[in-house]
Amino acid sequence: MPISSPKPAARKSNPSIGVPFGSLLDIEHLTAKEISVIFENASRFHSRLAKNSSRQQLTKVLAGRRVALLFYEASTRTRVSFEFAAKNLGAVTTVVTAAASSIEKGESLVDTGYTIQATGAEVVVMRHPSSGAAQLLAQHLHVPVINAGDGMHEHPTQALLDAYTMLRHKKSLRGLNVLIVGDIFHSRVARSNIQLLSKFGAHVTLCGPPELLPALASSLAPGIEIQRNLENALVTADVIMMLRVQKERLEGLNLNIADYVANYQLTPDRMRLAPRDAVIMHPGPMIRGMEITAEVADGPQSAIVEQVANGVPVRMAVLTRALGIKK
Amino acid sequence: MTRPLLIRGGHLIDPPNNIDASMDILLRDGRVAEVAAPGKIPAKDFEIFDAKGLIVSPGLIDIHVHLRQPGQEYKETIATGTAAAAAGGFTSVCCMPNTVPVNDTPEITAWMQSAERGAIVNVFPIAAATAGSMGVRLTDFTALKNAGAVGFTDDGKPILHDDIMRASLQAAAKLSVPVIQHAEDTRLTGGCSMNLGPTSFRLGLRGMSIEAESGIVERDIRLAQETGGHIHVAHLSTAKALDAVRRAKRDGIHVTCEVTPHHFTLLDEHVGAYDTNFKMNPPLRAASDREAMLEGLLDGTIDAIATDHAPHALHEKEQEFDRAPMGITGLETALAITLQVLHHHRKAPLKRVIELMSATPARLVGLKDRGTLSRGAHADITIFDPKKKWKFEAQTSRSKSKNTPFDGWEFTGAVVATIVSGKLVYRRDSTHR
Ligand SMILES: [Zn+2]
Repeated sequence: MPISSPKPAARKSNPSIGVPFGSLLDIEHLTAKEISVIFENASRFHSRLAKNSSRQQLTKVLAGRRVALLFYEASTRTRVSFEFAAKNLGAVTTVVTAAASSIEKGESLVDTGYTIQATGAEVVVMRHPSSGAAQLLAQHLHVPVINAGDGMHEHPTQALLDAYTMLRHKKSLRGLNVLIVGDIFHSRVARSNIQLLSKFGAHVTLCGPPELLPALASSLAPGIEIQRNLENALVTADVIMMLRVQKERLEGLNLNIADYVANYQLTPDRMRLAPRDAVIMHPGPMIRGMEITAEVADGPQSAIVEQVANGVPVRMAVLTRALGIKK
Repeated sequence: MTRPLLIRGGHLIDPPNNIDASMDILLRDGRVAEVAAPGKIPAKDFEIFDAKGLIVSPGLIDIHVHLRQPGQEYKETIATGTAAAAAGGFTSVCCMPNTVPVNDTPEITAWMQSAERGAIVNVFPIAAATAGSMGVRLTDFTALKNAGAVGFTDDGKPILHDDIMRASLQAAAKLSVPVIQHAEDTRLTGGCSMNLGPTSFRLGLRGMSIEAESGIVERDIRLAQETGGHIHVAHLSTAKALDAVRRAKRDGIHVTCEVTPHHFTLLDEHVGAYDTNFKMNPPLRAASDREAMLEGLLDGTIDAIATDHAPHALHEKEQEFDRAPMGITGLETALAITLQVLHHHRKAPLKRVIELMSATPARLVGLKDRGTLSRGAHADITIFDPKKKWKFEAQTSRSKSKNTPFDGWEFTGAVVATIVSGKLVYRRDSTHR
């Protein structure tokens, strides 16, 4: 027995086995090729959306298909973005939230999934506070599952729309210096972005205090750099991605908010250290005056609003992929 | 009245008596009547067990199992748990007190051992060290010991307060029994569901640090030194805690420890895609920790192998990883894994395997006349074939629960028969050999 790699465990460690085709559970197990196809399709939808005239053509793509949005956690932008993406394609959507369903009565995730599937959902988009919840659901359903954020694990469509946005400003991800600042430890957005960017050969630098950015973070992918000093890190950044300070998570940590703001807030002064064509991004929700000042968030280098807009075509591409539509 | 049982033609290994040779053994009236060179015991009106090509060993003893009764019979019962134990070659098991209610009284301790429970191997309860395992007030150690308890622990709810641990060690020392600690500083492990490391970071799961284990082990060693009590570290899993034990032993402090088969076989990365059958406490650790466990088993620092058999129902394990309960079953795979990893792979002699799984566990919890095949000892015997190839399938498990990471594993080394008090309680299907 090769005890370093027991066979049955290795079988289970490939999460795509036993998972419905078309599911999107994480970025980690996607290939760069698969991601590029999503970008191409997103771009096609994007240009059609821009020309309002083709709306009717768009709505035929998923006409009558049923998309369930299962949200165990509050979310505005992701839910609305998925909903509009589905409706743009003509799909029927239903939103199930934790508060308004049998979830509150203690039904298990797997049972909720079975119920939603039995009522005719053809794809389930899920947001859940537990890491791995999307994987669990997908292992039990025969319809595809799209992970809209699972705990601290991944938020794959956010990383897709982030990279898609970067590509609308920069020629290529290869060699791009992407700086991610803030609470990396608790962030599923950071994990997904790091996975995606490293697949495309971007140079990722993470910046934050040890409480929010443990040294372990560099184990996520090869070549990841950790910087504790924001000023130093800004100098070479082509893209600056600011993460929300998750105040509710700071309780147990020895982290002083005033210190954090003093050291890591993205201010106009600090932005002068960065290249003039550096792009500022934020996955939201954004706390102005905390991790970023209003001047920077609304400044000329900010792509924050654009990110939100790009979420729709990217999710349209992900939904058509899930339902096996090749466009 | 059962007829005497003559086991002949086997290779007998009895570490306490330094026997490692072809020997016949006669069991009569629940005891070992005679051990003699092959053919020297004249066959009279005996039941005969032909052990040609097999190892005959003192019955295996598992000092850390959860039988879930009373209170959680949907996971396991004393009857089903001991059936699994017999199939795994165990003739005695020590059951943990985290039942519902907690085993903190002589009544529950006695109830667990009652014949009505239907145990087919010996059951020795380990009682709670504090009332309800709440860590506040000591239980009545003397009364519990008189009722049959062989040790004290608040397993699963580590004793964190120094004064309670000190008092436990003092009370246990007077009775010459161990205090068994699940070494986890739960103040550092809130919300954690696996080992802290690259895998936990990648999966977005909170991880338990090495220090959460080693800190408690180091503290307990200090208190054992201070009180002269016997501290036994349950399911030790980190190199750092093992080093502390190694140093303490060198200093003559009364500390012992056990390790589980999964901790010397699997790694944290085997959690794979959030497989909850790889979730247990302590969690699977890094490769360096696993290697340290193997070294500790080989160099004698680790005293015993124990399974921490922890059955859970399917609906409990089929949950989000952070919500699923910790623990895996282990009784039916322990010997096979140990033979595979320790004997075949790391070349430990069978004598060492039997020391770790029978002779030393018996001594740790003071099971008199067990863990040995001296004349007059209890006729508890495990017969196994270290070369037999077989495949473990969870669905065929005798345990009520199937939460094992070893489903589908192929092993070399299988239990052939288990004998308790001279009676055959398990025999491998003859079509299998
Ligand atoms: Zn324990």
